[in-house]
Amino acid sequence: MQIDVDLGPLGFSEGGHLLIKRALRKAGAGESITVTGTAPELEIDLRSWCRDEGHSLELQPRNQEKTTRAAIVNGGAETKRWTGAQRAGEADAAHADGVVGHAPRRWGLAARGATVEGGSPEFDFHLVDKIEVWSDDAARLYAQAVAAQWDPKTAIPWDARFELDNDVEDAVVQLMTYLIENETAALIIPSRFIAQLHPHFREVMQLLAVQAADEARHIDVFTRRGLMKRDRLGLSTAGGQASLKTLVDEPEFAIASFLLSVLGEGTFLSLLWFIERYAPDPVTAAVAKLAAQDEGRHVAFGIAHLTQHLNNDSSFRPRLADSVRRRHDSLQHTAGLNAEVFDALVLIAAGSWDPEDLRRGHQRVTDLTKEMDEGRQKRLRRLGFSEQEAAELSSLHTRNFM
Amino acid sequence: MADKAQLIMGAVAYDPKVVTIWDGFQKYFGARDLDFDYVLFSNYEKQVEAHFRGLIHVAWNSPLAWLESERVAIALGQRAEAIVMRDTDMDLTSIIIVRADSGIRELADLKGKKVAVGASDSPQAKLIPLGFLSEKGLRPDTDFTVIVFDKLVGKHGDHIGGERDAARALMNGDADAACILDGNRLAFTREGTISSSATRVLAQTPPFDHCNFTVLSGAPSSLSKRFRDLLLEMSYANEEVRPLFDLEGLKRWLPGRTQGYAQLAAAIDRFGTIDSFVKGVAAQCK
Repeated sequence: MQIDVDLGPLGFSEGGHLLIKRALRKAGAGESITVTGTAPELEIDLRSWCRDEGHSLELQPRNQEKTTRAAIVNGGAETKRWTGAQRAGEADAAHADGVVGHAPRRWGLAARGATVEGGSPEFDFHLVDKIEVWSDDAARLYAQAVAAQWDPKTAIPWDARFELDNDVEDAVVQLMTYLIENETAALIIPSRFIAQLHPHFREVMQLLAVQAADEARHIDVFTRRGLMKRDRLGLSTAGGQASLKTLVDEPEFAIASFLLSVLGEGTFLSLLWFIERYAPDPVTAAVAKLAAQDEGRHVAFGIAHLTQHLNNDSSFRPRLADSVRRRHDSLQHTAGLNAEVFDALVLIAAGSWDPEDLRRGHQRVTDLTKEMDEGRQKRLRRLGFSEQEAAELSSLHTRNFM
Repeated sequence: MADKAQLIMGAVAYDPKVVTIWDGFQKYFGARDLDFDYVLFSNYEKQVEAHFRGLIHVAWNSPLAWLESERVAIALGQRAEAIVMRDTDMDLTSIIIVRADSGIRELADLKGKKVAVGASDSPQAKLIPLGFLSEKGLRPDTDFTVIVFDKLVGKHGDHIGGERDAARALMNGDADAACILDGNRLAFTREGTISSSATRVLAQTPPFDHCNFTVLSGAPSSLSKRFRDLLLEMSYANEEVRPLFDLEGLKRWLPGRTQGYAQLAAAIDRFGTIDSFVKGVAAQCK
């Protein structure tokens, strides 16, 4: 069927080219269309555009009304451009061909489900295998995370009036200093892996991004609480940083995720709920509670994708166990949890300097470490470790909690 | 002298992308049993001279460099052949644009006016349109003033900067008309250098051709034939070739032809543009 495009007075560069392109696409390679129009420069524009696009053009002599009439044969360059293009999976992860086992680096930044031109450049993504990163729960956890975002300005009662004993306030400031340091590690680690992750695994990328944003907010509120009554923060120890450095330096995503999310943040969950429970003021209670809720999701994702990984490759389990042992060995000559943090936890849990209260506070912190250990063992068992292995690995977890 | 087992091509480095293009083609040829290398020149005159000295086998020539080569060859009793060109090298036109609100309605109205042109050695933005106006009885620098926007002389107008400056001069009122390649009207409109509604096309030259791959008699014929065949069989559908085609501005290579250079030849005859260069190279290479 012959396609005729009548542009009327519409200029080529004023949108006329869109009508012509559409008609040529409809006609297909090797087929012709006719174009008429009265814009004064139409002939000149058609000539140069057809030449550049590889279409052949036949101009008819102009009549007295100065109407340009032309026949254009589609040169087929557009069809050729998309020869060898690939469909980058399907947008819907639930589709059978949605998320591929190995994402080609040439798909680059293309949206999952897009058609990618052949010859697109290879991106240097390291995490390209589904088994290493994927969790079917990622989309659900991402949606949950987005819905649960809170505004530090309104979610925390910054205007609450309270005065604490100087020592208790110092203990809170020390705890906040420690929390900031740990949350900084928890921000840097997923951020680093986002840059290595093939964007084909979109839901995981989004979830890690929200996770990093969560940590940014935690750092913000812990800093603000720390500086509420003081003009400087507390102490950072070499041992604490040495422990975190082993996490930051871990090059493998799945192992980093295991050490950080399952063991570290899992342990932190108990710590944050403990701080919330014994917080001496409403601001400390609120920041701990909100951070704990976010950390719960981070732990859930870590367990979800590692479970999926181990279901596909159980030989990965001994490597996870080795990573805990290796980390323990490298940290055995460091101090672990700084004494100031431990003492601050005891004082906060005691609530006063009264010896009886201190005894109770100490007992509560002892119970906390037991609860942390039980939580770690439970999560390790969920990942298929035996009771004995779970107990051993939990006992080797860093004394710095994270 | 160039190695006979390897085809050496000369090209002019009018833009950094030239390296990307020819590195890419070198890889393509290498994978197809053509040992190919290239030499970049800063200007076409050096390239033509090197060609006659035997330093290169084939030259990627501008239309002006083609005419230089053709005339030096004639002077030396040799033969120059245009073996391949781009689809986009065929049937170009130059246009003379004026401001839409200007009183210039026909060519004769250019008398006493200022006409902006591109680089002094640009076929499309100076030599051909000024030749065209001369044909129509308007003598440059006599009947009208020529304002030359010389950018990168020696590159024969391959660099678009001179034309863009000419178009800018028209828009800011420093010139009454500007000479540009037909396709640059759309390009300059898209980039905002000119507004299509604020300009009008006063005249358009007849069609002419642009670049070609030139070989001289005595070039290693099996190598240049292989080069020509490989070029002609390249397809835009090939993902290795397509980005190079996009950079070089073509959809396919076509066999060369020389009938599209008559207009430029007439213009340079009129202006004596290359006479001394042709004589000089012919004398040196005798």
